[in-house]
Amino acid sequence: MKSGKHNLLIYFLAFSCGFSIMGIELLAGRILAPYFGSSVHVWGSIITVFMLALSLGYLLGGKLSLHHPSLYKFGSLFIFSGLALLPLAYYSIPLLELVFEHIEDSRYGSLLASMGLFFIPTIILGMISPYSVRLLVSHQEESGQVAGRLYFVSTLGSALGTLATSFYLVMWFNVNSIILSFCGILIVLGILALGVAQSRNVSLQHA
Amino acid sequence: MHKLLRLVLPILLLSVSVSTAAKIIKEERSLYRNIFVEDKENVRCLKFSVKRQSSNQSCIYIDDEYKLVFDYTKFIMSTLVFKPDPQRVLIIGLGGGTLSNSLLHMYPNIEIDNVEIDPAVVKVAVDYFNFKQTDKVKSHVKDGRIFIKRALKKQPRYDFIILDAFNGEYIPEHLLTAEFLQESQQLLTDDGILVANTFSSSDLYHHESATYHHVFGDFYTLVNRRLNGNRIIVIDNSTLSDAQFEQNKKSLARKLSEFDIDLEGVLATLKLEEKHVSDYKILTDQYSPANLL
Repeated sequence: MKSGKHNLLIYFLAFSCGFSIMGIELLAGRILAPYFGSSVHVWGSIITVFMLALSLGYLLGGKLSLHHPSLYKFGSLFIFSGLALLPLAYYSIPLLELVFEHIEDSRYGSLLASMGLFFIPTIILGMISPYSVRLLVSHQEESGQVAGRLYFVSTLGSALGTLATSFYLVMWFNVNSIILSFCGILIVLGILALGVAQSRNVSLQHA
Repeated sequence: MHKLLRLVLPILLLSVSVSTAAKIIKEERSLYRNIFVEDKENVRCLKFSVKRQSSNQSCIYIDDEYKLVFDYTKFIMSTLVFKPDPQRVLIIGLGGGTLSNSLLHMYPNIEIDNVEIDPAVVKVAVDYFNFKQTDKVKSHVKDGRIFIKRALKKQPRYDFIILDAFNGEYIPEHLLTAEFLQESQQLLTDDGILVANTFSSSDLYHHESATYHHVFGDFYTLVNRRLNGNRIIVIDNSTLSDAQFEQNKKSLARKLSEFDIDLEGVLATLKLEEKHVSDYKILTDQYSPANLL
């Protein structure tokens, strides 16, 4: 595989990652509403948790990229993020019940519930951006341009993920179906990256 | 004479226009919306928008404390025919507090929990709509869904639940799902009734019917042809005999006429909606795009 195509794949994956992050964030409002309402403080909790998780994810993703960066590890991040989102479809109600039972104030209740449900998957999703930069940059002087392009595609993905989810997906599908689709897409993309990494290894050995 | 007329006429015209012009007497900005109190002739209204006439949320006659302005409040009061002796009432959505005041006037010993998400609405109801609170009639500033979920953890049940949280502009989607209705149903006493004010137009009407049928089976509706799309849904848990129903009608007709309610006329629109197979998806916590339908 040529490096142009290889880069395109990474940009596409970063786009999908941005798309999923905001799709999930919007659904978070739906998931919390029956227990904490949909007032501005509930959205405050959700956005806080996502921003916090992303900031940590950027830090960890950058650190991970220091040690033998590879498309193989990059693909694994996608698979882990998809798996980390799975409990959202199956265990969110017991967790929400538990928090609701113990915390009367819906501000702290929604904050804690968002933490329990979205923190870990969003950290993993946040690791993807800096890791992408590492895989894409081959010369120091182009690093700014690469980072700019990457922000462009991943934030464009976020914009479209927000729009698609809030305008259409919630009108067509159940919340859980949408979540499971995001899980499926992330895992499939991860496997695709692993496949490409494998075939590149094979072709490099033969060269 | 001519000169005098020219002098007096504008004043006369002005005074006429002043007496009929709407006047905003209070503006309150809250976390959720803008609230306006408007006086027009002898009617005072709570509004969430100045421009749109249809945005009247709650109105009272300034010169007649108990006469009801809106048909939908008259319809809701008329559902007492299913439950003429309510002891504990839950009202989700306060507005000007008209329903609470009317019930308190009819039953001085009644217990009422009014739930309203917006503290500014409660304040305006007290200051401008004479919303009465006693040690038995209370208001709780909370999301309706949260109040009901918390109430389920305690024991008290209600024999009359009124859902009146939709203002026609934005629907709190988590208050229209099957799960929410099931939770409300669990708060009802065995012989209690649940009444919902739903404005339903477009496809939402059918989704809503499917949802109510799914949770409650058959239900009654009171539909006002004059109002666009308002309908009152009545869930009657009790097994009221026809004779009892007629008896209730007789005993309530006079009391309700004080609120300017023509009980006979209202009940003429009463219809039983039988559960049937629907093509429309029921609204659930998983699927609740009420504002998009």
